[in-house]
Amino acid sequence: MAADTLFHRITDYANRADPYPLYAELREAGVARQEDGSYLVGTYHAIEALLHDPRISSDRRKRTVPDETAEEGLPPAFIGLDDPEHHRLRALAMRSFGPPHTPDRIDGMHDEITRIVKDLIGSFRGEERIDVVDDFAYPLPVTVICRLLGVPIEDEPRFREWSDAIVAGIDPTPGEDPTERPRAAAEARKAMGLYLGELAEKRRTHPSDDMLSAFVGGDSSEGQLTPLEIMTTSVLLLIAGHETTVNLISNGILTLLRHPDELARLRAEPALMPHAVEELLRYEPPVQMLPQRTPLADIEVAGVTIPQGAPLILLLASGNRDPLRFPDPDRFDPTRDDHQHLGFGSGIHSCFGAPLARLEAQIALNELIQYLDHPRLVEDPPPYRRSPVLRGPRHLLVESG
Amino acid sequence: MHGEPRDGRIVIVGASLAGLRAAETLREEGFAGTLTLIGEEPHTPYDRPPLSKQVLLGTVSADKTGLPQRREVDAEWKLGVRATGLDPVGKQVLLADGEKVPFDRLLIATGTRARPWPNPAEAALDGVFTLRTIEDAGRLAERLDAGPRRVLVVGAGFTGSEIASACRERGLEVTVAERGPAPLVGALGGTLGALAAKLQRAHGVDLRCGVTVTALEGNGRLTGARFSDGTGIDADVAVVALGAVRNTEWLAESGIAAGPRGVTCDAGCRAFDMYGIVTDDVFAAGDVARFPHPLFEYQLLSLEHWGNAVAQAEVAAHNMIHAGPRRRPHLTVPAFWSSQFGLNIKSVGVPTFSDQVVIAQGSLKDARLVAVYGYRGRVTAAVSVNQAKSLEYYQRLIETAAPFPPAPGAADRIESPEPVPSDVPDPKVLSHGPTVALTGHLPDRRLTLVQPAR
Repeated sequence: MAADTLFHRITDYANRADPYPLYAELREAGVARQEDGSYLVGTYHAIEALLHDPRISSDRRKRTVPDETAEEGLPPAFIGLDDPEHHRLRALAMRSFGPPHTPDRIDGMHDEITRIVKDLIGSFRGEERIDVVDDFAYPLPVTVICRLLGVPIEDEPRFREWSDAIVAGIDPTPGEDPTERPRAAAEARKAMGLYLGELAEKRRTHPSDDMLSAFVGGDSSEGQLTPLEIMTTSVLLLIAGHETTVNLISNGILTLLRHPDELARLRAEPALMPHAVEELLRYEPPVQMLPQRTPLADIEVAGVTIPQGAPLILLLASGNRDPLRFPDPDRFDPTRDDHQHLGFGSGIHSCFGAPLARLEAQIALNELIQYLDHPRLVEDPPPYRRSPVLRGPRHLLVESG
Repeated sequence: MHGEPRDGRIVIVGASLAGLRAAETLREEGFAGTLTLIGEEPHTPYDRPPLSKQVLLGTVSADKTGLPQRREVDAEWKLGVRATGLDPVGKQVLLADGEKVPFDRLLIATGTRARPWPNPAEAALDGVFTLRTIEDAGRLAERLDAGPRRVLVVGAGFTGSEIASACRERGLEVTVAERGPAPLVGALGGTLGALAAKLQRAHGVDLRCGVTVTALEGNGRLTGARFSDGTGIDADVAVVALGAVRNTEWLAESGIAAGPRGVTCDAGCRAFDMYGIVTDDVFAAGDVARFPHPLFEYQLLSLEHWGNAVAQAEVAAHNMIHAGPRRRPHLTVPAFWSSQFGLNIKSVGVPTFSDQVVIAQGSLKDARLVAVYGYRGRVTAAVSVNQAKSLEYYQRLIETAAPFPPAPGAADRIESPEPVPSDVPDPKVLSHGPTVALTGHLPDRRLTLVQPAR
């Protein structure tokens, strides 16, 4: 292992349960250059400014230092592209997901999500101990994104394997198997793309009310996704729908169990939950950092010049705890009014699925805390998933009754 | 805090967006005295932006545009009666019905009205409209429902252009007549004006620039119009969109610095009197106010912007119930939006306060871009077309007086990064009034808004 730099410590699995003191250190440092030439930014206002700066690219192919994680195989999805290409692809994907073309899609899923949540709770009803991750927080968003895209849930074991490999591939932990993980990720992405592309092709002749059908059919007056773009876009949506909301829900339950007064209050006032979910997105965001930004020009941030082409890593979770932005930032306060968090990013890449994630988390957390009777954490901190980017418990054992 | 004026009588003249938001803020911040709102229109406050968009398209009816209230406002509402005078010594507002309403502090939020067609006989023809109130919008929508053969829009500012857009979306034939060289040119300058002209024509508008309407013709009912180039058209509806007139006539005898350009106030919304002495009990906010802005060299600005009405009303209300050092300045960066011909146009800063413009992101060809405006080498405004998410960055550049042109390196800069003259015309050459009026003076440039004689 290389020198003990700040980023080594942040990504070190030993610190996964509580990276927040390291983030405080990062904010103290301002902009932190790492020995490999990458730059970390962890203060709210600097991150906010960079997320809106048109000179910051999301396309890692723009990096000047050799990019060991550059993937072969599928081209980047819109999350890894810049405008105007990013806009074209995102707008085409949005046609069947949200306004202006499909304003009711997410709202219309309210009852279905509630039913899925109740079914999941029904499946472990009466059991004294549950694993919130495996029994609840993981299957919910997976079921929802499968319905939404039109992917058979029976195939879940197949794409879970691909998904794990892809998430491991975006893990920016320095110094570890620099070629193997990205290669495996590229292969998994390709396999998942072919799988989803095939599903989409079948929709040409057998369309249904799902997004894959919309991608291959419908009005083409504003352009259409190519078969390759359908692959990259649906891989992105399946992964994002899969690997983020699970953390929001499990981080949410973990946080509420650590704050029993707030838990009791939310049980008594379910209408507070939308507010509480925003605070969770600030306090324990499922996406801790954006590891793949690159400046297209030399850019000065807080007195430091970040050179063109340098890897730029934005620590969203650190910005969310910036005392210059939020009073008493380490306090979890579901009634906080000023919660303009960075949990969904900001600017042109702000989270595509945010309305869905909000709805899923609000319903899931409300139903689960109503169900749980005197819940207790079996293990605190719980074991965490490996990824420092998509951070959340791997298991969350809770006893109740 | 000692000495905070939280009691007494506050009167707000003008019961639209600014008046309502001021009233809410007063109560929110603890004003415990009596509050009176006076409005000439008989309606509770409603939202005007939809009137030239959704209402004309028929997707929202005119009576469904009421403004949501942010909180309960304990106030006496005197609606359907206009204020006719202000007695600053006796501290009372005179109403058209003879009532005199006493105040300790007054907020002037009387806004603007549509500039009428200058020939009263022609203006009275059936089929001739202006668009400012829900009655205007309801009647015009009804007439558009009836399927007129052709609609004439006089003036291609934002309101006129939005009306033309709604008509085209309904499949109606539209002629737009604009005295200036292009639509929107008065607010956005030559580059985006040319884009707007191209798009209007692409959407089937019969756009005529550089002409004035010399006559609206008809006998009781509008039948057509004559233009200054000698041509004419048949039309059964004409919408006069010549900009706005500030509602200040009622202040003529008051000694307040009020005139066609608005009510002059300081950065804290306190009105000046005619000697240039700032008052401490009369405040102004919204479209009617005219205030100095440090980002624009302390020139006096009059803004006909929704967001300004809200922000300025909040500052005015705060300052009405706070003393001295606890008062706040009205420093919001001006911003507005428009939707027309499939475009979402959003602006920050003051595009007319410029000498150059550059397409900093995107392209004119795709009609998706950010145009950045500069004045003497610093960024003063930015306008996005179908790219609103990009504006926040430029707002920061405006706020920090960043150098113009903006630093290179934008990921989607497609076209030439060379700035060109912004070509903001002298407001005198436009049919419509500008929606931002810089009413001060620069030594080397004509930026004075001259109100055309009626």
